[in-house]
Amino acid sequence: MRKIATGNKAVAEAVKQARPDVVAAYPITPQSEIVETIAEYVANGQLESRYIPVESEHSSMAACIGASIAGGRTFTATSSHGLAYMHEMTNWAAGARLPGVMVNVNRALAPGWNIWAEHSDAMQERDTGWLQVYVSTVQEAYDTTLMAFRIAEHNNVLLPVMVNLDGFSLSHIMQPLDTVEPGDFIPPIHVPDPVDPKNPGGYGTITAPADQFRFRYEIERSMHDAVKVIEETEHEFAERFGRMYGAVEEYRADDADVVVVALGTFGKEAEVAVDILRNEGVKAGSVRLRWFRPFPELDLAGKEVVVIDRAISFGFGGVLAHAIRSKNFMKVYSVIAGLGGQEVTYDDIAEFVRNRRVGEESWFGVNDHV
Amino acid sequence: MEIIADIPETEYVLNCTSACAGCGDSLALRYVLKAAGPDTILVMPAGCTAAFQGVYPKTAYTLPVVNIAFGAAAACASGLSAFLRAKGKATKVVVYAGDGATLDIGLSAVSGAFERRTDFLYVCYDNEAYGNTGMQRSSATPLGAKTTTTPAGKPEVKKDIDTIIAAHEPPYQATACASYPQDLFRKVQKALTFEGPTFVHVLSPCPPGWRYSAEKTVEVGKLAVKSGMWVLYERENGVLSISAPTKAAMKNPVPLEEYLVLQGRFKGIDTKTVEHLRERIAGNFRRLAAEEASP
Repeated sequence: MRKIATGNKAVAEAVKQARPDVVAAYPITPQSEIVETIAEYVANGQLESRYIPVESEHSSMAACIGASIAGGRTFTATSSHGLAYMHEMTNWAAGARLPGVMVNVNRALAPGWNIWAEHSDAMQERDTGWLQVYVSTVQEAYDTTLMAFRIAEHNNVLLPVMVNLDGFSLSHIMQPLDTVEPGDFIPPIHVPDPVDPKNPGGYGTITAPADQFRFRYEIERSMHDAVKVIEETEHEFAERFGRMYGAVEEYRADDADVVVVALGTFGKEAEVAVDILRNEGVKAGSVRLRWFRPFPELDLAGKEVVVIDRAISFGFGGVLAHAIRSKNFMKVYSVIAGLGGQEVTYDDIAEFVRNRRVGEESWFGVNDHV
Repeated sequence: MEIIADIPETEYVLNCTSACAGCGDSLALRYVLKAAGPDTILVMPAGCTAAFQGVYPKTAYTLPVVNIAFGAAAACASGLSAFLRAKGKATKVVVYAGDGATLDIGLSAVSGAFERRTDFLYVCYDNEAYGNTGMQRSSATPLGAKTTTTPAGKPEVKKDIDTIIAAHEPPYQATACASYPQDLFRKVQKALTFEGPTFVHVLSPCPPGWRYSAEKTVEVGKLAVKSGMWVLYERENGVLSISAPTKAAMKNPVPLEEYLVLQGRFKGIDTKTVEHLRERIAGNFRRLAAEEASP
């Protein structure tokens, strides 16, 4: 069904169709529209979930853990400080192998108070054991949220999934949205060994080093297994509903001499920049990473690479740039741009490419070479 | 010898846990679980009870336990209870949490869960300090008590969590102590008959933390009640009933010094602080009597 929706509304629509047993959430700008819409669905009977209006994000994740450990499907949404406040429990959810889904609307952390898009919030959750995916359109936000439930709950994964969308520049913009009837694309949830008085056991008890080490290894192994599950899920989604994304979305990258690598809406803007550059005779392309954890294999051999980071690891540089450098044993031109919602247009991205200095880093608008 | 006839013989805490000798918390847990019965899921934040349940893959408890982060038990129980009720299950959800998890780090989650009318029982076992990490002060530590972070005695009074809970208007709340096992057992059983959030606050004497000899746990608990340092009551739909041992203490309290002198944590306490404690006991008795007289 064709409609017009914001990124937030698209997420809420997908959650309604995925039918979680429990939604526990706390509002925060720019995410609030998601949980308000879900609360409305629950109130008007369109969604038969238990909606728990918790008193904090730490508690929203704890409540999702409580429901999930008994076998329930759970959803929450947050952003920025909410995600940071939740951090202790995001570790717990992944460590306990609970397949919840969360949508994080990317936003900067204070100080200063800044409600606009930045990826630092999610990057600070990078190592918790959550799968992470970054989307770039309203349609993709919807499709990916649906897929997230299936991927998280897959028996070879059993890890939580975080769907990231840029604050305001995706959460609040309106685009066409084609909704589907997911049907058995999302099968009933089956959590192995849910907590049950008929089969009592300790969940998360004190664990000695050898077992703890093994559990960590199993998370890593499931991250590897998730690559295939993601691929299969995306293929089946494409077969059923006609839209294909992949772990990475490439645009005119095959014969490109230089590619822009980015996450989220910048990755989509880069496609326009690529067209501009191609018209100028520059053989440019774009490689937009959707899945950031597990980190995809990228074929960048023989290409110059411009990486745009909307997050900074202070004292080290761009997080994505570092990942590309270390995974592909290559130098990149690292551009830090868009922090705190700084506007970055496709013209700006084209300019990054024109002025690239592979092996160097620049901060857009501060010490860039433009 | 007192025969405790109506308490089931079934044990849900197995023998030989790694709890300290004379652990008051362990004793309380035994009676709480006997009262809760087999169709129960426990939610335990970090604390002594979580620690002495044993090391994976073993467990000393024969009921399922969801272990959870220090400040998260009430919220975790909210999600668990919501899911079970949505599935039409009557399985009891019982949080068993220490004073640190309840009065301090988890207080906002406790308040949230009570305000949202979570269908669960929250038991706070109160050993008046962070026992599991080596007896640092908590907001439940009484005035004048030495802990590892109040080596000169705590200069502040004990936080009144029961009044905070009462402000949430739960259908049932009670205080207890395992030195009075039938009273504790009955209160937990009663709490579990109500729909919605209920609260039982159990004083748990702690031999290494309070610095008394391990065989005196029951005696120390009784002296806490007899001196008025701990009061036993229940409040059902807002109506207070003072329990018999505290009624007796209100008529004829044992001297406070008898309670204090048994415990190393009060060693060297000055007379001014003792007087302050005595005034607080008297004030507490007056408030309880007034509330019971005119509900």
